[in-house]
Amino acid sequence: MLKSIGKTLLGAVFVGGLLVPHAFAETTLNALFMAQAAYSEADVRSMTEAFAKANPDIKVNLEFVPYEGLHDKTVLAQGSGGGYDVVLFDVIWPAEYATNKVLVDVSSKITDDMKKGVLPGAWTTVQYDGKYYGMPWILDTKYLFYNKEILEKAGIKAPPKTWEELGQQAKIIQDKGLLKTPIAWSWSQAEAAICDYTTLVSAYGGDFLKEGKPDFQNGGGLSALKYMVDSYKSGLTNPNSKEFLEEDVRKVFENGDAAFALNWTYMYNMANDPKDSKVAGKVGVVPAPGVAGTSEVSAVNGSMGLGVTAVSKHQDEAWKYIEFMTSQATQNQYAKLSLPIWASSYDDPAVTKGQEELIAAAKLGLAAMYPRPTTPKYQQLSTALQQAIQESLLGQATPEDALKTAAENSGL
Amino acid sequence: MSGTWMTTRAWLLMLPLLVIMVAVIGWPLVDTVRLSFTDAQLVGTAGNYVGFDNYTKMLTSSNFTRTLTTTTWFAVISVAAEMVLGVLAALLLNQEFRGRAVLRGLMILPWALPTVVNATLWRLIYNPEYGALNAALTQLHIIDDYRSWLGEPGTALAALIVADCWKNFPLVALIALAALQAVPRDITAAALVDGAGPFNRFRFVILPYLAGPLMVALVLRTIEAFKVFDIIWVMTRGGPANSTRSLSILVYQEAFSFQRAGSGASLALIVTLLVTVLAVAYATLVKKTAGSAA
Repeated sequence: MLKSIGKTLLGAVFVGGLLVPHAFAETTLNALFMAQAAYSEADVRSMTEAFAKANPDIKVNLEFVPYEGLHDKTVLAQGSGGGYDVVLFDVIWPAEYATNKVLVDVSSKITDDMKKGVLPGAWTTVQYDGKYYGMPWILDTKYLFYNKEILEKAGIKAPPKTWEELGQQAKIIQDKGLLKTPIAWSWSQAEAAICDYTTLVSAYGGDFLKEGKPDFQNGGGLSALKYMVDSYKSGLTNPNSKEFLEEDVRKVFENGDAAFALNWTYMYNMANDPKDSKVAGKVGVVPAPGVAGTSEVSAVNGSMGLGVTAVSKHQDEAWKYIEFMTSQATQNQYAKLSLPIWASSYDDPAVTKGQEELIAAAKLGLAAMYPRPTTPKYQQLSTALQQAIQESLLGQATPEDALKTAAENSGL
Repeated sequence: MSGTWMTTRAWLLMLPLLVIMVAVIGWPLVDTVRLSFTDAQLVGTAGNYVGFDNYTKMLTSSNFTRTLTTTTWFAVISVAAEMVLGVLAALLLNQEFRGRAVLRGLMILPWALPTVVNATLWRLIYNPEYGALNAALTQLHIIDDYRSWLGEPGTALAALIVADCWKNFPLVALIALAALQAVPRDITAAALVDGAGPFNRFRFVILPYLAGPLMVALVLRTIEAFKVFDIIWVMTRGGPANSTRSLSILVYQEAFSFQRAGSGASLALIVTLLVTVLAVAYATLVKKTAGSAA
């Protein structure tokens, strides 16, 4: 009897001993995400909860900011010496983050299994100068969404294969009185406008830079901006596009006020959700069109990665968290708003079910992803280009002059 | 008690405050001045001494002149409108009527809202697809079609000014209302008996009492308006085509987005200098008004 009590006590102490370290030896990570496009805030929270369950000794504090604040918030936190352990970063920042030592080089932590399993295009998101500065997480590009019902009413059999055809189809829809302005874009003075522009630059076979110097003012870069201006002036493009961000485009499309819209992956399942969307079940998606003789499809690399900051005091735990968030299991489970980085996921019925159309578009679009320029001065270049796009749309300058000025102000 | 001991004790008592002031205001200011003469980056390099390069570059750039003009327009028009609206509202709320207390309370609301909330609110009102302003104006047949208020350079700045006025006129109204309480009843009554009309009563009887407090409101609002950042950043981020970019946004872009701490610091100091000049000019004016009133 006594013996068994003793054993129970011993057992209790043992169990207690197991519990104690969990309660006290806790590491807290601070992670910065965005509240816009791709995975929703709710998705990120439940992924993180799953991680916390599997790793009770690590606590993750999440912070969400709009995309427009993500870069500056990361850099400012770094500048003030404190801040985040894990940050989400856009494909355009690794050059700057690597040069200024915002992120740590994690090349040694990328395993061969990762290298083999992840789609080759995804790695460009996190690489600079041959080194890896994180794991790709959001694999994204802009697709051409269309409203099947409106196209049907207009007697259009298939969505456009070229940008020229897009204009023609929009004209038919306009002439038949189905919509006043059938195309919606995100051309606000923001990075969103650069993503639309880049899609067109890739279609027209343009170059942002040549030997480190601006080249967007010539050839395909110029044709891309001219296309935007023509579409705007012809009245086929919703004139409010010049103050739209992605979320505005989504609302216009979901309200049935756009026949065509360029947007990221996340819009597909959101616009198909009858709770918020008036066009649920009528959403079509194809890769962004090409230009006859130059390209079949077009796409911008809008991917994002997760990295460990140089100021983090818990770099191992931070990497563990990133591994979990980017793992195939996690990504397959949340494949509705953002598609996985893992090649084999695209043949997994659990991922493709109910979004076969999107997967088909993704296979073509993701393979054609065109990068925005890789330079530590990206922010300045982008700001100059945003101004050029808006001035051309508003008729304050010709596309030629506006792009020339942007090239001078790009800092390159 | 001797005078010197009083002085010493006064300094001793103020010492903790002075130390804190030097630490949180003095040192950063000195460091900003130092930075402004270097080509330092925000993260990474500490930078080399470059003399007045940053200043000449900034002052001669077309960005600076354009932004200065935009900011001046914004400040002058919004402050003027706020002063007029504020005084009118104060005169109204100084009358005796039922529900005055409720109305006085309600008036504070816009001013009590955080600017970011106010800006988001107005962005919804101005929304080109489903905004309340477009709906109201089309239903009243004032405009035929929905418009992009924040997307056109012609209307974006005006739209921002309206939003700023809505938020800030209550402050002026509050100050003016407080001053109105101090106007002696017998003087206004005497003016009425003497046959002075409403305008003359305001101009010659009430306004002298308001001048001092209003000057304070004017100084505060002008300085604030000149430094405007948040309301513009949330509503247009300086667009369309940089037509609403204020000086503070330019400083922010230079120092934080482009990470050029050196030239960002020089620009910030130029703005500080401009605001200081304004403040000193007003302070002199206030002294003069106070002197003439006495």
